[in-house]
Amino acid sequence: MNIELDASKCCCAQEKDEQKYKRFDSVISGYKDKEGNLIQILHYAQGIFGCISPELQEYIAEKTGIPVSKVHGVVTFYAHFSTEPKGEHIIKVCMGTACFVLGAKDIVDALSDKLGIGVGETTKDGKYTLEVTRCIGACGLAPVMTIDDVVYQQVDKKKVEQILNNEEVKEHE
Amino acid sequence: MITLTIDNKNIQTEEGRTVLEAARENGIHIPTLCHMEGIHENSSCRICVVEVEGMRNLQPSCSLKVSNNMIVHTASEKVLNARRTIVNLMLSNGEHNCLSCEANGDCQLQNAAYELGIEAPQFIIDSVDKPAIDDSSPMIIRDNRKCVMCKRCIIACNEIVVNDVLGLSQRGSETMVVCDNDKPMGQSSCVQCGECVQKCPVGALIEKKSVGLARSWETRKVRTTCPYCGVGCQLELHVKGDRIVKVTGVDNALPNDGRLCVKGRFGYDFIYSDERIKTPLIKEKDGFREATWDEALDLVASRFKEIIKNYGSDSVAGISCARSSNENNYNLQKLVRAVFQSPNVDHCARSCHAPTVAGLMTSFGTGGMTNSVQEFAGTKLLFCIGTNMTEAHPVASTFVKNGVRNGAKLIVVDPRKHRLADYADVFAQIKVGSDVAFLNSIMHVLITEDIYDHEFVEKHCENFEALREKVLEYPPERGEEISGVPKETIIEIARMLATIKPAMLIYTLGITEHTSGKNNVMSVANLQMLLGNIGKEFAGVNPLRGQNNVQGACDMAALPDCLPGYQKLSDPAVIEKFSKAWGVENIPAVKGLMVPEMLEGLKTKRVRGLLIFGENLVQAEPHIAEVEECMEAADFIVCTDIFHTETTRFADVILPAASWSEDEGTYTNCERRISRVRKIKDAPGNAMPDWWIFKEIAKRFGHNWQSDSAQEIWDNEISVLCPSFAGVKYSRLEGDGIQWPCTDPEHPGTKILHKDGNFTRGKGLLMALDWTPPAEVPDAEYPFVLSTGRRLYHYHTRTQTGRSQGLNDLLPEAYADISDVDADRLGIRSGDKIKVWSRRGQVEVRANVSNRIQPGMVWMDFHFREGNANWLTNPVYDPETLTAEYKACAVNIEKL
Repeated sequence: MNIELDASKCCCAQEKDEQKYKRFDSVISGYKDKEGNLIQILHYAQGIFGCISPELQEYIAEKTGIPVSKVHGVVTFYAHFSTEPKGEHIIKVCMGTACFVLGAKDIVDALSDKLGIGVGETTKDGKYTLEVTRCIGACGLAPVMTIDDVVYQQVDKKKVEQILNNEEVKEHE
Repeated sequence: MITLTIDNKNIQTEEGRTVLEAARENGIHIPTLCHMEGIHENSSCRICVVEVEGMRNLQPSCSLKVSNNMIVHTASEKVLNARRTIVNLMLSNGEHNCLSCEANGDCQLQNAAYELGIEAPQFIIDSVDKPAIDDSSPMIIRDNRKCVMCKRCIIACNEIVVNDVLGLSQRGSETMVVCDNDKPMGQSSCVQCGECVQKCPVGALIEKKSVGLARSWETRKVRTTCPYCGVGCQLELHVKGDRIVKVTGVDNALPNDGRLCVKGRFGYDFIYSDERIKTPLIKEKDGFREATWDEALDLVASRFKEIIKNYGSDSVAGISCARSSNENNYNLQKLVRAVFQSPNVDHCARSCHAPTVAGLMTSFGTGGMTNSVQEFAGTKLLFCIGTNMTEAHPVASTFVKNGVRNGAKLIVVDPRKHRLADYADVFAQIKVGSDVAFLNSIMHVLITEDIYDHEFVEKHCENFEALREKVLEYPPERGEEISGVPKETIIEIARMLATIKPAMLIYTLGITEHTSGKNNVMSVANLQMLLGNIGKEFAGVNPLRGQNNVQGACDMAALPDCLPGYQKLSDPAVIEKFSKAWGVENIPAVKGLMVPEMLEGLKTKRVRGLLIFGENLVQAEPHIAEVEECMEAADFIVCTDIFHTETTRFADVILPAASWSEDEGTYTNCERRISRVRKIKDAPGNAMPDWWIFKEIAKRFGHNWQSDSAQEIWDNEISVLCPSFAGVKYSRLEGDGIQWPCTDPEHPGTKILHKDGNFTRGKGLLMALDWTPPAEVPDAEYPFVLSTGRRLYHYHTRTQTGRSQGLNDLLPEAYADISDVDADRLGIRSGDKIKVWSRRGQVEVRANVSNRIQPGMVWMDFHFREGNANWLTNPVYDPETLTAEYKACAVNIEKL
């Protein structure tokens, strides 16, 4: 059985909690008592639940016998894991050196203003999460931001507005 | 040996040492912040950097190992610059305001800044907004603004005491120390042991109770012994005037190596309570009136004289105190035996470890723990049966958890899946009161599979055949049927025990507080003898004693069946020795009454005068209603105590006693270690030390006792009269104390009893023992089994912990643990009020629903008068030792 394929798939929007926990339990039992298992278990937890809430951290701790402080430590250390539900779309602003110098901070401010959220937060309607990221390797296009897998180049305040408007239009199509 | 040069000084040191260690050995100072003595690697702060010729970068001396011809500079300009930058960055980050900081004067960051001449932080750093002060817990304040991220608290919590609460959250500059998954400490799983506070090098973790009371340089430090459980932790009292302002553990000391639990660290202020009894009290119609010492003592003496004259000397009795010092206990039993000429002296070991004393005396010849607490951390296998150590003996449990982290296997056997079971390799959830059957089944496997220690049994034990025949009646199937532990688990445990050695067996009251208490004790002794786990390091039978000086009270013969030092009543030479020493013609050479017999005797008039020294019988004995009836019926009761208790209500005279820290003395811990307790203040009002009180009563009988201090009592009487303590004098007790037997002034004390299988009694006695069920088992009317004991945050009847600030916040009322299965069935949720009743009484308490309790079981404590388990417990006793079956009676429960 390939639990990896099966278990890491995110269907957090469609699945009931009970189903999620059932799926997750099979992951835990597959990894239990294996050295260095925590990262793998967390990886699936993020996939299955969409985030690793404090309650889920406690659940993992109880099931694995790993202290919850350690679970929490790993969850908060890696940017890949989140403790709160993320939005449908993830907006990332590159904070690499080139982008930073060319005004990444202005992009963040503009996005914050427009969306009404701070970095690391998610809009009330659950549509967008705003994050900052280290260099994504697109320095030639700086400053850049991404929405999911799409990279937007030479972004400024005005362009932010355009991008978000276009997103709105896309949504309604 | 390695030869190296540090600061132009040629140094020789052992291989494997760090540069820091080598420097310190030679008096060369290198500042540190994150470094902790011992094995704990940290190496995170970099303040200890040194310059090593030939190495490109500065090196942290705490982790750099010495090598031959190394040339080290600890204070070159390059080193000092680096240190300045590091300390400057630390000072610039957060808010380090020394003015009102509790750590001022005892702060390693402050010291480093001082050494390096840094007056104010050089950099301006916008500290990230984060919740700065967490004062949500009753005992500890966390101030993240002062944290230097050295991680010592995390190591303390996770590696030393292994409570696994503190951890790091986030990363980079946002990293911070959090409890669990970033909960306020007061809502986290923290048990408030304060190890993190003791290890914090700055003021980021402080004792809440100490705030504003004293600067570190204003306090004198007094070493003493903890007044709570039998582990006997060494405390350092920080005293300003006559006030204890805080308590820390004595680092590198035996037995606790600086560790303490919440009670030891924070349960000290009861001695300052306004409720202390400050003057003698005599009962009159409408309560007690104050009296002078002469009036009260004259009354006590004349009443006892009268009773003895009219009803004979054995109509009086004394109950001694396991909370009090050896010297006080010695004087009490001397008063009863020599002055009253009564054999009736006993104390609360009757309620806990009397089966241990009697059982191990029978099996081995000495009734004490065979090995020592710190050995738990070094053994290969730990077998913990009937011991909820993390709550009842928290510091001892840390060494067990260290053992597990060091690679030892852990077997936990208990009706409750308590916290220690979380660390176990095998957990056997045994049915209450099935121990002998379960242990016999293990021995069945050992014998039938022929995997016991033949050599040890043949050379050092007797009566093997009888044991063999008996345990053959208990195949694992039968063991499973009686104990509820699957036979596969029984076999697995037996095989583990046979293959992993040495192993330490640890038990507490889950073994002794049964009608089969003595048999249970001898059964665990059987097992360890069969495995050859006696008489060597990291092995043995290790009962953890309940009270700070219950070992000592037994040693002092506050027991009806021996004389101090366990000398025999049946030996005429012993009787003569004591009679002569105590200046009397004779002392009673017969066995006296035990506590339950004394209580019953109050009703039947076999006992007419009772002297109760510091015991709260009315809350601690089984079946409170019955105990109160007995007390009510008494002719004359005298109590010496520090507080009014449920028991002093029944007294005719109350004599106010000095408390812990108000007199000199000694306590003896469970590993037989005699340690000093020290005086830091006078007793309040007219209160006096107990030894003085007993001496004054004796004086009124015409006995002129010579000894006039605890030291004189020990040095001139106890140590002279008892061969086991002959080598112990106060002058030898300054440091870590001495473990008895210690037979002469050169004797180092005895860490391990029965060395090399040479038992005190000659050969170890294997006993053929049958399992007997508890006296009262569940039935249709009372379908639950009630088991009782103590919880972490309180101690016994709360006379002390109930008056220590903060402990009541941690545990404000009694509750009953019930299983989630039963709770579901009965519609009970955590926090609901329930009624619990037995054939003897009923109580109303809140329920705590837990999957750690087996279905069919209820578990309660005896800390509070309301909801006290002893309204329900069954006054049935182990036939020989009269220890009550606190661990098993039948009850029913109902949601209110």
